[in-house]
Amino acid sequence: MRREQSILRELDWTTVIVWLIMIFIGWLTVYAACYDYEHPDLFDFSRRQGQQFIWMGVSSLLAIFILAIDTRFFGNIAYLFYALMMGLLVVTIFVAPDVKGSHSWIQMGGFRFQPAELAKYATALCLAKFMSTYGYNMKRPRDFIITALIIGLPMLIIVAQQETGSALVFVVFILVLFREGLNGDILIYGALAILFFVLQLMFGYSVVFTAAVIIGLPLIIHYTRDASLFKIYALMNIAIWAICLIVRLIKAELLSYTVISIISLGASALLLIVFSFIRRNKAYLAVVLFFIGTAGLCCGADYAFNNVLQPHQQIRIKVVLGLEDDPQGAGYNVRQARIAIGSGGFFGKGFLNGTQTKLNYVPEQDTDFIFCTIGEEQGFFGCTIVVLLYVFFICRIILLAERQRTPFSRIYGYSVACIFFFHFCINIGMVIGLLPVIGIPLPFFSYGGSSMLAFTILLFTFLKLDTHRTDYMAA
Amino acid sequence: MAIVVFVAAIYIVRLFMMQVVDSSNKEFADSNAFLKQTIYPSRGLIYDRNGKLVVSNQPVYDIMMVMREMVDFDTLQFCQVLDITKEEFDERMLSIKDRRKNPGYSRYTPQVFMSHLSTEDYGRLQETLFRFPGVFIQQKVMREYQVEHGALALGSIGEVSQKQMDADPYYRRGDYRGQSGIETMYEELLRGEKGYEILLRDVHGKIKGHYLDGALDRLPVSGKDLTIGLDIEIQQYAEELMQGKMGSIVAIEPSTGEILTLVSAPTYSPSLLVGRDRSKNYAKLLKDPHKPLFDRPMMAMYPPGSTFKTVQALVMQQEGIINENTAYPCNKGYYYGGSHKLGCHAHSSPLDLPQSIANSCNAYYCWALKALLDNNTKKYGSTGNAYDAWFNDVCSFGFNSKLGVDYPNEKAGSIPSRKFYDRYYGANHWRSSTIISISIGQGEILCTPIQIANLAAIIANKGYYYVPHILKSVEGDVIDEKYTTKHHTAIDARYFDVVHEGMLGAVTGGTARIGLIDSIQFCGKTGTAQNPHGKDHSIFMAFAPKDNPKIAIAVYVENAGFGATWAVPIASLIIEKYLKREIPEKRKWLEERILNGNLIGEE
Repeated sequence: MRREQSILRELDWTTVIVWLIMIFIGWLTVYAACYDYEHPDLFDFSRRQGQQFIWMGVSSLLAIFILAIDTRFFGNIAYLFYALMMGLLVVTIFVAPDVKGSHSWIQMGGFRFQPAELAKYATALCLAKFMSTYGYNMKRPRDFIITALIIGLPMLIIVAQQETGSALVFVVFILVLFREGLNGDILIYGALAILFFVLQLMFGYSVVFTAAVIIGLPLIIHYTRDASLFKIYALMNIAIWAICLIVRLIKAELLSYTVISIISLGASALLLIVFSFIRRNKAYLAVVLFFIGTAGLCCGADYAFNNVLQPHQQIRIKVVLGLEDDPQGAGYNVRQARIAIGSGGFFGKGFLNGTQTKLNYVPEQDTDFIFCTIGEEQGFFGCTIVVLLYVFFICRIILLAERQRTPFSRIYGYSVACIFFFHFCINIGMVIGLLPVIGIPLPFFSYGGSSMLAFTILLFTFLKLDTHRTDYMAA
Repeated sequence: MAIVVFVAAIYIVRLFMMQVVDSSNKEFADSNAFLKQTIYPSRGLIYDRNGKLVVSNQPVYDIMMVMREMVDFDTLQFCQVLDITKEEFDERMLSIKDRRKNPGYSRYTPQVFMSHLSTEDYGRLQETLFRFPGVFIQQKVMREYQVEHGALALGSIGEVSQKQMDADPYYRRGDYRGQSGIETMYEELLRGEKGYEILLRDVHGKIKGHYLDGALDRLPVSGKDLTIGLDIEIQQYAEELMQGKMGSIVAIEPSTGEILTLVSAPTYSPSLLVGRDRSKNYAKLLKDPHKPLFDRPMMAMYPPGSTFKTVQALVMQQEGIINENTAYPCNKGYYYGGSHKLGCHAHSSPLDLPQSIANSCNAYYCWALKALLDNNTKKYGSTGNAYDAWFNDVCSFGFNSKLGVDYPNEKAGSIPSRKFYDRYYGANHWRSSTIISISIGQGEILCTPIQIANLAAIIANKGYYYVPHILKSVEGDVIDEKYTTKHHTAIDARYFDVVHEGMLGAVTGGTARIGLIDSIQFCGKTGTAQNPHGKDHSIFMAFAPKDNPKIAIAVYVENAGFGATWAVPIASLIIEKYLKREIPEKRKWLEERILNGNLIGEE
């Protein structure tokens, strides 16, 4: 058959080679990270470098196996697989032993396995399958809600496993929806929501409300194009602030800044409602909605931060924001990681010469913090190469996804790219201290069998779909 | 795709800032992972001139602490092991952390918790050390003295001060260095070079091995062994003779300038200034009214008294004022300026030059000074010029300046210059009668005992000297050229024979008769240094034997009155002991008298 013979020719070898390079570098890095003076053997299977090598072999075999599977199989099993995975996730909560507070690992004989890794794969397949069904329209509430459920369900279950980091990965599917026609405003509001959340933690309500009032100015122009309202709105708020500040000068304890900003926000909302009636235009209310959203987010975020997040998560966020410094406790990882990477210099200390990582100063150095070892031993040079390798890898997948002719392959391709991007972005961002510590691995580098297998399956399923890009029959 | 590139760009910039721009992380990493452990070298040993070991080393142990690593520290158990109270522990911790007392404090670097552990404490702690994270033991080297003598010459070592650390970056807090005597003069030879090993330690402070298998480690280089000119047996004898007395003894080998004996009495044992009690004992010595820490041979300045007559005899001959046959009258003194009289004791008159030395006649030297300053204006042009000629001759003996002994704190003494008298009396308003007391070594003239010992060596050598020095030789090295260079005085060798004759006369039949040794012909000159604070100081300088001298000596006994009573017998006994190695039965009574003599108690 044509298909069987052309698979090697149609396969995107560029991606395969990048994948091979990454797992090879990853293997050497794991070796360096857990290097022990007494066990220097690269193939010592009782140690992590040897085990990682085994997983590399298993992953390669699995990759070949996936390439041999009939393409239609993936679409066909998508729903069933998704349902099975969700079931497994729920079961995991009850059967998994307590590992550092989370119940996410299933013990099978000598092996441990994290179903959450495979759940990403199942969700990606399911999402691609559902969104590529004939007549799917995201603007239709029913379709939108089902889409949101497909993404949200595994998130909820994984949060219940106390594995918040892995749950956050599913947020990245929003980017896929965006590619498939989701309103871009949502992304902007999403970004604003994160900004407000951070502002509120750092400076409190007053700054967030004031920011909302200021952002109200461009929103008024955007939604109403009403220049006179723009002027009145601006003058009114300046007047409110002026009067309140004078009052504060006379008697400071009478008005706190929070109260002033609430007055300003409330007056602005009232003004817009009044104008909405006068001009008989509901567009004005969009801005009011934004204000209400902001106020709600702030109260909600405050509540969520203090009541939903666990104390260690609260501290991780505060450490990144610089609100708290605790070099012995929560900040320890971040600080040691920074020292390890920073001490690498331009060209690093050389393979196996890292002292910080070698002597266990950096916790989780062969799993989530593996990038430290690269930073210390290969320096800025090596880090840049790894970052660029990832950029190339992710962009290559996006390019491949764009050239797909079936929505199923395209959506699935985007899902794969986004998942890799999220892991890359969060993991390295956390290691270099730009993001809070969220325990997710760096694909193909971090030690771990189930993550390597899951990412390999994720990638090669797409590469298999890609070999059929000219095939109209798929899905 | 834009987002991917954007995020990657931010990350690369951030990495660049962390890894290339900011270098502070490097230092953190080093202090984190490397434990640079100092290996102290063994300090050079010190032998005496006969090859006898005088100063050696003993290991001591310091308890070091790295505060950062002291988590879950069981303080009570720790105190139990060291047998200290919780309060003592807290107090020590407080003073370690007090940045005023300990400006180099850091949580990351080892701090000295307790130094000079006893061997038992060390053993007990070593067994239980693993229970106390952040604590380790640093071995250091301390001095051990084989003899209880020669403290002042040997000096001592002590912890470096902040100033010494600032001056030489070689030293770290808690290091030892020489603080006095030859320990400090030859610190750089003795100390050797510290070595270090770079150990890797993991997050628990556990040592994981040598960094790069020890490729960067450096072995310490041992300090060089020194041989000093001191004869420790004679040193001991001299110190015993000075028991119960204050003063000093300096003995020099004239042919080399090596110092054979250096005593500052009262003496103390060098072992007092070693170890944990060093500061306590030091304070005690410092408070002692008899000033045992005062370095008399180098720092005490006395008028040389009659010993200075030998200098006068030589200078006056050199200047052509007198010769060996010149005789002056003495009628129990010298009369000048009308009614003034400088007294002298009873002896025959007139006396020639050798007799004047043997009998220590005062008038003789007054006459000679008068002849030089007042009667020779034709030759010199003026009294001032004549005085200048005299001054230069005298200074060529090493007076009025530091000799350059290899010893700290040497003083220069003083010979008044022409300018001094011009300022004091007005130019041309002074003459011999104005300054007559310098003729007999009193007045403004001040000399240290080492200078007088050197004078004895010059006379023994007939006109030259080597700068007196303690160091005899260095293992595998030569000593400073300064100590092997001959210094000539302004006096010709031929003028010395008559002085030898006079000094021999002093011992055989003059002022120093009591010191006569049957088997050794030796030359000496007594002196009395006037002391405005009490009884005069007794001085004697001598060299022996007369022909081919082996030892030149100066003995000062404070508040002992006339030179012959104490200083002469002491010098004589030391000379005999040095040359014959024993005191004959016949002179035991003299030795006995000196050993039992207590001049401090009489005060």
